[in-house]
Amino acid sequence: MIALELVLLVFLFFCALTAILTKHLVAAVITFMSYSSVMAILWLLLESPDLAITEAAVGAGVTTLLFFLALRRINALKGVDEDDD
Amino acid sequence: MLEDYEAYLKYVADHPKVSFEDFRKKREKKPRQAPSVVEEYDESEEDAAMEAEWNEGHIHRMKMWQRSYAVLSVLVSAVVLVFFFQVSIQLPPFGDPTNPDLNEVTERYIEKGLEETGATNIVAGLILDYRAFDTFGESTVLFAATMSVILLLRRPRPVKDSPIPRDRILQMVGLVMIPAVMMFGIYVVLNGHLSPGGGFSGGTVMGCGLILAYMVMGRSRLEHYLTPNRLTGVTVACLCTYGVLKGYSFITGANHIGWEVPKGKPGAIFSSGFILPLNICVGIIVACTMYTFFSLFSERED
Repeated sequence: MIALELVLLVFLFFCALTAILTKHLVAAVITFMSYSSVMAILWLLLESPDLAITEAAVGAGVTTLLFFLALRRINALKGVDEDDD
Repeated sequence: MLEDYEAYLKYVADHPKVSFEDFRKKREKKPRQAPSVVEEYDESEEDAAMEAEWNEGHIHRMKMWQRSYAVLSVLVSAVVLVFFFQVSIQLPPFGDPTNPDLNEVTERYIEKGLEETGATNIVAGLILDYRAFDTFGESTVLFAATMSVILLLRRPRPVKDSPIPRDRILQMVGLVMIPAVMMFGIYVVLNGHLSPGGGFSGGTVMGCGLILAYMVMGRSRLEHYLTPNRLTGVTVACLCTYGVLKGYSFITGANHIGWEVPKGKPGAIFSSGFILPLNICVGIIVACTMYTFFSLFSERED
């Protein structure tokens, strides 16, 4: 279990760094989402499942959706969003 | 801003008397067009030399400031980093039974929580019984945020149908996912006093389900049932129910005198006093908030 926690922590660290440092906005949002997912698993391992559910739903779900909406508003989703009239 | 400044630096080499503010105003009026628009800014040549001198000093000062910003940001970050490391080294170890946070308050919650609130899930008992007014305030904040978004973004115009994704596979997978997501959200809300979860997390999951339905089935089909007015009404009704229930419990000294709800039976959904209806209220409020945010922000500015 300790090994799993260590692997997840290292992954968390790199996700956080990538989300800050990358210039690609879509990649930043997706890494932020994976950060939240890993954080949810870590909450579960720290025996707080309430927080895990909330983190998964808010951090990985709603926040990412709102970020993508914002990116679409500023036309940063080139090539992804093709349903423009 | 930085881009503007770089363009200004190029521009000011030929036209030394234009200040940065004027340049930006010009650019904002005709944004990102050919530089010939700004080129017309050649009115009178008087005071040109003086202004050029002033501008050179100005630019020099700005560059100095930028350099000092870099140094200062590194310094501040280093200080904060050292500070945080110091604090985190001094924190008590995780899970130690002699930690200072395990005082008589925690003891009381763990020992008497089931008896007093009836919730097998201590967290639900905490946030919906011991600290119910805290949750009430949070729900009110969510409601206020929804109202502000509706007031700011809603436009009285005919609803245009949002584009349904052309990808057939994505659409079908979404249609299959919606019931599962919604059922999980409802389960988390209804079972919040027995198992991990509760109004807020379950409500967020339900909100995600609604957003998925919005994206897969298109706006018009969902807007037919979930108009902003109806959502607002449901939210207000839930908030009022919460306030009345908790106010009653508050006035009667947290005893629910005269309306004894069976409490404290692990495994039975209809137990644990007012926590189940409160969870449902919070869940509906959160789901409506999430859905309203998404549907209003996703309207395109045409």
